[in-house]
Amino acid sequence: MMREDFREIARMVRPGARVLDVGCGEGELLDLLRREKDVDARGLEISADGVGACLARGLSVMQGDADSDLGEFPGEAFDYAILSQTLQAVRQPRKVLSDLMRLAERAIVSFPNFGHWRVRASLLAHGRMPLTRALPQPWWATINIHLCTLRDFTELCADLDLRIEAAVALSDRATPREIDPTHLLENLRTETALLLLSRTHHVAPTADAPTRLFD
Amino acid sequence: MTDVRHAIHTIETGGGVLRLAPEAPLKLESGGRLIGVEIAYKTYGRLNADRSNAILICHALTGDQHVASPHPQSGKPGWWTQVVGPDRPIDLNRYFVICANVLGGCMGSTGPSSHDPVSGRVYGLNFPVITIGDMVRAQAELVSALGIDTLFAVVGGSMGGMQVLQWANDYPERMFSGVCIASAARHSAQNIAFHEVGRQAIMADPEWRGGDYLRLAVRPEKGLAVARMAAHITYLSEPALQRKFGRELQRDGLSWGFDADFQVESYLRHQGSSFVDRFDANAYLYITRAMDYFDLALSHGGVLAQAFAAARDVRFCVLSFTSDWLYPTTESRHVVRALNAAGVRTSFLEIESDKGHDAFLLDEPVLHGALQGFLDSAGEARGLG
Repeated sequence: MMREDFREIARMVRPGARVLDVGCGEGELLDLLRREKDVDARGLEISADGVGACLARGLSVMQGDADSDLGEFPGEAFDYAILSQTLQAVRQPRKVLSDLMRLAERAIVSFPNFGHWRVRASLLAHGRMPLTRALPQPWWATINIHLCTLRDFTELCADLDLRIEAAVALSDRATPREIDPTHLLENLRTETALLLLSRTHHVAPTADAPTRLFD
Repeated sequence: MTDVRHAIHTIETGGGVLRLAPEAPLKLESGGRLIGVEIAYKTYGRLNADRSNAILICHALTGDQHVASPHPQSGKPGWWTQVVGPDRPIDLNRYFVICANVLGGCMGSTGPSSHDPVSGRVYGLNFPVITIGDMVRAQAELVSALGIDTLFAVVGGSMGGMQVLQWANDYPERMFSGVCIASAARHSAQNIAFHEVGRQAIMADPEWRGGDYLRLAVRPEKGLAVARMAAHITYLSEPALQRKFGRELQRDGLSWGFDADFQVESYLRHQGSSFVDRFDANAYLYITRAMDYFDLALSHGGVLAQAFAAARDVRFCVLSFTSDWLYPTTESRHVVRALNAAGVRTSFLEIESDKGHDAFLLDEPVLHGALQGFLDSAGEARGLG
């Protein structure tokens, strides 16, 4: 079964674009994008099994860590950098987000919204770390170490001078709908947020930046 | 592509020896020239009509051209039959495979045990010091002689991987893809140190005779065996050695002497003594030297990415093993960073294995799966059926 967020991401990507999927797993999304959007698909994945599966699918994927290895890619190398359900699991989300915007013109980011009413209700009612459909694991087993609300995220975007070009609310049980991510009500209603980001200012990379970075 | 067809004296298909014409000497990085170079090679599979399905496999330090067929002296199966064969990752139903003994080797290609056509005597230490770049130049001559303009892939592990990187530097337009396994873009101090131990062992053998042993009809077998024993330890991981041998004894009880009491000693002695039957001591000196001199970034002001600047259209796959301490993953990552910086389409995987550097020669399903996936998709992009 196709993950609903993959379908929405595919809708946002321009055909033929250069795409980097950070945390690409076994390459399902890249495979979909390659098939349906004819993109130049690249991936970064931390697990060896994931990379092995990607290579077996014929994808160009590197084993690496979003926190430490995004620097290996030269600036402006991609049209889109995708971070699907990964931002909340990295050690330095702010740095990872700025790294994405260094190497791609646009970023597509999805994450579980900790401001969703179910999360709030769960915390309020039980006084314990919330367990919801979007956050099904107990605190001691989850890979999520930097959960945030939609409002937190839009503030980080403003702080980093990023423009939100599109935003979609996703849920297992409802069809995706476009939202105004800064609207306070959406911070209550959105279970999983998917945003298309771009830089408000075009940052031209210095000509020798990549090589200086690498040697 | 440089047309060297005029330079070819004789060539055999399906394998044999390429002899470069005396009037077309091979230029060496040291500034010297080698006259009448011979390159012994094997081919497998069939070259397709548009000559687009050829894979060059580059062998490691003590490897040879017999990648998928029995070794003529030992009778042992080819050194990479796990990978090269019908329905293997390098599928002989699909690809045409070329493997040549490196320049400086001792399996039929010109090396220190060959006769200098000028003096008529065995080269010995009069053989010029050669480099990985020289080996690759000789391979390029062979590929041209076989009528192949662009290789579908250049594939190699260890020293073979260095040749793959050198190909990307020297002939990027002549390769569609490259696979570099358990290798590095330069030899580390530790790599050089281990090689120096091996060379000193050979040169300390009185039968080495200043490198002139062949003319005097003796062989520095003991020195070469010790070199092999020391090197062999570097090819294995500590857990692999421990698992295989532990402190197991050869016989009941200790000998209270210096016989091979422990199984690991006996194993190493066997590795050493069987090696001297198939390898030449001077070739060992020359090839280890070529590896030590390898530093691909050196001619690019130390910026490795520059070495791949013209290789943007080459698809690359870099693979390393977790327990390989001879060419550790950090070295492969250094290569990957440079490839990325140059904008080369690169895949990279560190394969979980406790078998050490030798893992690339062994039964490693993840390696084989990754190779297969990479080559299949490259083959599709190349339009190979």
